[in-house]
Amino acid sequence: MSEDLMSKKIWIVTQHRDGKLHRMSREAIAAGQQLAQALGASAEAVILGSGIDGLAAEIAGYDLAAVHTADHAALADYTPGGYVSALAPALAAARPDFVVFPHTYQSVDYVPLLAQRVDAGLLPEVTSFENGDDGLVFTRPVLAGKMVSRVRVRGEGTVLLSVQSGAFSADSAATGSAPVAALGLGEVTADREILGVEEVAEDQVDLSKADVIVAVGRGIGGADKMAPARELAELLGAEIGASRPVIDSDWLPRDRQIGSSGQTVAPKLYIAIGISGAIQHLVGMKGSSVVVAINKDPKAPIFNVSDYGIVGDLHEVLPELNAKIRELKQAG
Amino acid sequence: MRIAVCIKQVPDTEARLRLRKDGRWVDEEDLPFVINESDEYALEEALTLAEKTGGEVVVLSLGPARVKEALRKALALGAQRAVHLQDEAFEGGDAPATARALHAALSRESFDLVLTGSQSDDNGYGATASVLAGLLGWPHAWLVMGVELEEGGASLKVVREMESGMNEIVRIATPAVIEVQAGINHPRYASLKGIMQAKRKPQEVLTAADLGLDPAVVGAAGSRLEVVSVAFPSTGAGAQMIEGDAATAARVLVEKLRNEARVL
Repeated sequence: MSEDLMSKKIWIVTQHRDGKLHRMSREAIAAGQQLAQALGASAEAVILGSGIDGLAAEIAGYDLAAVHTADHAALADYTPGGYVSALAPALAAARPDFVVFPHTYQSVDYVPLLAQRVDAGLLPEVTSFENGDDGLVFTRPVLAGKMVSRVRVRGEGTVLLSVQSGAFSADSAATGSAPVAALGLGEVTADREILGVEEVAEDQVDLSKADVIVAVGRGIGGADKMAPARELAELLGAEIGASRPVIDSDWLPRDRQIGSSGQTVAPKLYIAIGISGAIQHLVGMKGSSVVVAINKDPKAPIFNVSDYGIVGDLHEVLPELNAKIRELKQAG
Repeated sequence: MRIAVCIKQVPDTEARLRLRKDGRWVDEEDLPFVINESDEYALEEALTLAEKTGGEVVVLSLGPARVKEALRKALALGAQRAVHLQDEAFEGGDAPATARALHAALSRESFDLVLTGSQSDDNGYGATASVLAGLLGWPHAWLVMGVELEEGGASLKVVREMESGMNEIVRIATPAVIEVQAGINHPRYASLKGIMQAKRKPQEVLTAADLGLDPAVVGAAGSRLEVVSVAFPSTGAGAQMIEGDAATAARVLVEKLRNEARVL
């Protein structure tokens, strides 16, 4: 390989909590490795925290050119100021072409700030990339997942990109043996005082154990229009769930929310009613075995993750569906 | 307390979308626009905080002429003044490019807080206000589900949403940038009186030149990202779409769930 190609560098910044690597850290490693391969670059990982030798050793088990550790007492808890002050000088010195982050609530909180600090480009929520006729083109969802944007990077300098949950398979991350070395750190200062962590909904209904879930979205149209969905749930012995807009509108209590900020479920049957399928919802239910979607919009992204789809007015379809299931139960 | 609220006008995501001729965005002709959902919550939070502290709420928005409608709505809801960043040079910016324009506008006066939504429902970068916080040199918090003033507004107790149904409670100093998550409050409706008063409230228009901004650092010209094309995702990839009227579709679905998927 020529020196020019060798000089290309991809960094992958991993995430962890309570002594465990975040699931999406492995997806970010896989994405970073694939990007490095497409560009003929080397891939190196970074981990920040306090007392992280064990996690660094775990990451070193992947096929990476190096694992960099930023181990500092001020990084024991995540704060944007702490993470940015640790990463900014390291990025300015190493000048990687791309830095890959898992697209998590944590990374979205600090990565834009880091981009501003080191004057880097910012490419959030990447779902795939391709090095083809148009050059290196990334895809990312826009308009709440209703469309996909193909994006190219212009200009010089580092680009910080985050990869969407589930877009790259953690299992595809190549294993190997990487050397671990400490990053040179300047002054690292936390900029938030962490007062505590609380559960959003106490005594919450555990939807993760449900075999069947009837989930309603904004399309249901109001708290007073819930009866047919409730009847369907009753007929199927199902739990009622919902996407975020339903919860925000107080049509159902918050402990019924399914998605990235709610519960993660994996029932045998998931019936999505009037849910368009924003990614924040999909990440919470994509482990379901059989997915049925009923939506008036034939282009709703929910149909992309469904086994069966009906395009139509849910207020017409639901009563018919309930009648058919009632017939079936009476017959059986 | 002086609060700036940055709002964005976005296509109504419930609307039927069509591709624009150049294939690089949706066709905006006849497309209904609304105030971005989480920005509406940010505005409500700002109005509530200002009512508690006897402060002023200034609403800012960047975009073409249609944005005036969103600003007028914000004034009707109770904001005292509106600032419209309207210049072709501002259009098509990625998060850092848009943040530079907003930063220039905000730096003309002094604010204690900047509130905005966590994420736009169109480009969805979720990043503009965090870059803005960096430019201002202020602390910030993203995905905020609660704001409480402490020590007369010298600091804020902020509830931040985390993954898997947990919230983190943190304290940050002011001035600060707060990026509000949808669901933090119950946005009010505009009253008739509010709508009438909005007509008399000051609305300022600012161009790149007004702000002393080099057009090369804002909008599409100042962006590292370039949209090659947009497309509808492949619909129903893997899904069996069941046709027919409601009764037929329901019958076929039940048969398939029973005999094919074997879940009934």
